[in-house]
Amino acid sequence: MFKNIYNWIDERLDITPIWRDVADHEVPEHVNPAHHFSAFVYCFGGLTFFITVIQILSGMFLTMYYVPDIINAYASVEYLQTKVAFGQIVRGMHHWGASLVIVMMFLHTMRVFFTGSYKAPREMNWVVGMLIFFVMLGLGLTGYLLPWDNKAYFATKVTLEIANSVPVMGPVLKELMQGGTIVGAETLTRFFALHVFFLPAVMLILLVGHFIMIRRQGISGPL
Amino acid sequence: MAHKGKDGSGEKVVYVGDSRVRKGSGFITPPDYTAYPGKSEAFIPNFLLKEWMVGVVVLVGILVLTISEPAPLGFPADARATVIPIPDWYFLFLYQYLKLPYASGDYIVLGTLGVTGVAFGALLLAPFLDTGRERRFYKRPIASSLMLLSLAAIVYLTNTAWTEYKHEMAETGQIPEDVQREEKAAENRAKGLPTTSAVQTEDIAIVDKDDPAMALFKQATCVTCHAVDLKGGGGPSLRGVGDTHDQAAILAIIKEGQGQMPPMYETALGAGLTDQDIDSLAAWLAKQKSEQ
Repeated sequence: MFKNIYNWIDERLDITPIWRDVADHEVPEHVNPAHHFSAFVYCFGGLTFFITVIQILSGMFLTMYYVPDIINAYASVEYLQTKVAFGQIVRGMHHWGASLVIVMMFLHTMRVFFTGSYKAPREMNWVVGMLIFFVMLGLGLTGYLLPWDNKAYFATKVTLEIANSVPVMGPVLKELMQGGTIVGAETLTRFFALHVFFLPAVMLILLVGHFIMIRRQGISGPL
Repeated sequence: MAHKGKDGSGEKVVYVGDSRVRKGSGFITPPDYTAYPGKSEAFIPNFLLKEWMVGVVVLVGILVLTISEPAPLGFPADARATVIPIPDWYFLFLYQYLKLPYASGDYIVLGTLGVTGVAFGALLLAPFLDTGRERRFYKRPIASSLMLLSLAAIVYLTNTAWTEYKHEMAETGQIPEDVQREEKAAENRAKGLPTTSAVQTEDIAIVDKDDPAMALFKQATCVTCHAVDLKGGGGPSLRGVGDTHDQAAILAIIKEGQGQMPPMYETALGAGLTDQDIDSLAAWLAKQKSEQ
């Protein structure tokens, strides 16, 4: 029956080549840890994506409880952490995943750098990868404020002061992120919007670009 | 929409293996699979299942971390709190770097735009700076040594930042707030009290608002910090203070001060209160309980 449904759709949309392309592409021996243990360094990119998926899923569950206003933000996080079933696990995964995704991305970047994989014809993919790196750092920065405890509040104050010290653009940038003259209610909602909507959207677009390019160009050859 | 075959039969194209290879008669050499020598395999399911095993190890790692170390949570943000600001660990190197003499103060532009801008700009545009055809890192001495130097700097700066933070915490006798919160919650749990640290927005009513002590409260300048409505401002709210302090404890705080509050006994006497007035004021404050 499933075969008939599949065939019905395939006759109309010709979907076979799409998944065939994803499924059947070659994974050469030199990146396969089953053949060469040292090839585990080629896993870091995939692991970065894996943890990114964990971040998206755990983040979606966190927004079921999180309230982005200064009266309730802390209380909602505390409630999630101490009262909700598995809340501590979900928040823990998001918290530790945020660190691990940076670690994995860093290792992936180092692998690409030291194997010279960014060289022609893969220059653009490196640039897109670095943009993903910067977006990830932005996600870490904005997410840090959301529990609205003292550590978050004072770290964000310092961050915005640093942004303020950039010549010409600084004060504008600071006020844009801060949403006013102090770190307060507006800052929290802005950081929330950036963390949950703007930056993930940008990241997903960049990720699609990253993956399309690697499919087009294939993985770099053995050294 | 099915592709039209070359013979115009309208038959759907059937692919084998790689999507760029049409099904035909005889042996077809897949274009990609000959790109590299050795044991290539298909991404799905062969390789992905192997990579999933690595993924599972990482997933178990995250879960172990999650269960053994709960995500930290301090006390609610309060602009009056004295907290040593510290960013998340992966920003520590930047944070520490911006404290260096030639990256801060008068040289802050050099710090934020100069070195940082050049370093991150070079990283972003690395393929256009390192354009040689050689890929092995030991045959690219300039690129590799610059990266190793940056890595060493990042490790050094991160370590310095963390050591200084720890040192500053020890010097000022501060304990991380997440530890404090957990200890406080554990204490309250043992006593059967609410464990929350969140700011309670529910209004606690003033008990005996018409008591003459209310006038004494204003006269003794308590209102300067604790406000006319007892909700606090410079000092903490006194509504419900009777829940945690009895008359003797309140009297002791008035006489000796507590935290940022100086001893107020002399001030109260100076404002024209008698010892008896202060006693009755303390008694009235001790009556301020959240529930009757």
